[in-house]
Amino acid sequence: MTGLVSEELLANVGRQSTPRREIVTRRDIRKYAVATGSRQRKYLDGDVAPPMFHVPLFWDVVELDQLAPDGVSIDTLLPRFPLERAMAGGLDIEYLKPIVPGDWLTAVRTLTAIYEKSGRSGPLIFYEVLMEIRNDADELVIREKTTRILR
Amino acid sequence: MNPLPEVGAVLPQREYQPDNVQLMLYNAALWNGHRIHFDLPYATDVEGYPGLVLAGPMLGDWLHQVVDEWLGDAGVITSVSYSNRGATYVGDTLTASATITAYDAESGDLTLDVAICNAAGDVVAPGTLGARLFTAAG
Repeated sequence: MTGLVSEELLANVGRQSTPRREIVTRRDIRKYAVATGSRQRKYLDGDVAPPMFHVPLFWDVVELDQLAPDGVSIDTLLPRFPLERAMAGGLDIEYLKPIVPGDWLTAVRTLTAIYEKSGRSGPLIFYEVLMEIRNDADELVIREKTTRILR
Repeated sequence: MNPLPEVGAVLPQREYQPDNVQLMLYNAALWNGHRIHFDLPYATDVEGYPGLVLAGPMLGDWLHQVVDEWLGDAGVITSVSYSNRGATYVGDTLTASATITAYDAESGDLTLDVAICNAAGDVVAPGTLGARLFTAAG
């Protein structure tokens, strides 16, 4: 370990986003189903959302001047890391309730972990973000843990 | 269901050949402006990729589709755990596959190993997926 993860950096663990509330529409389900190459009528017609529909529903919508030069929206939940090049990481998702048009869903994201590992080409920083999505009855609909790797 | 839910059963594979229109529509559905997915000179000259990079979560979606198409209306996906292990590009041929690794006939609970492979056979997105068949008991 090279000590990239300082106490100051770790102090950000536990930070939480303000809740985001979004409505599910048939049109958005249909667009997502078409774009992913779905072959199932119930998704293509937007009767019910396919798995992973929460990914487009809660992708951050930011204004143009809040995009980095590479076109990525700056995630305000995250601190500044000493490594900056993002590699795609992994997802762990639990699907607890179906999602249909008309649902109002609220997502809260929490930065739950920051740690370091050594990779083949040098040190890597991992961080984890938990997203909990609830309906208006306060029932958990989806729990998702994202793990991202920085090099 | 074909094949029947049994440990070791291999589900029908699905091949994907995403083009830049599909990749654009996917990122538009997300509102993802990351240049590596649509700006070829940027992706190659600035970031050093050999082409336009496929979005990682799109491959994640395909891990679901191979199981979901087999399930039809007989069950639902309950969980997934996967990682993106290597970059993939417009022009690649990718194959989604799934194998049943556990099945409880009483509860209907299934566990499957799922993977996306590139044309060279490298696993670019491995994962584990949980599903539940609707049982007669409901």
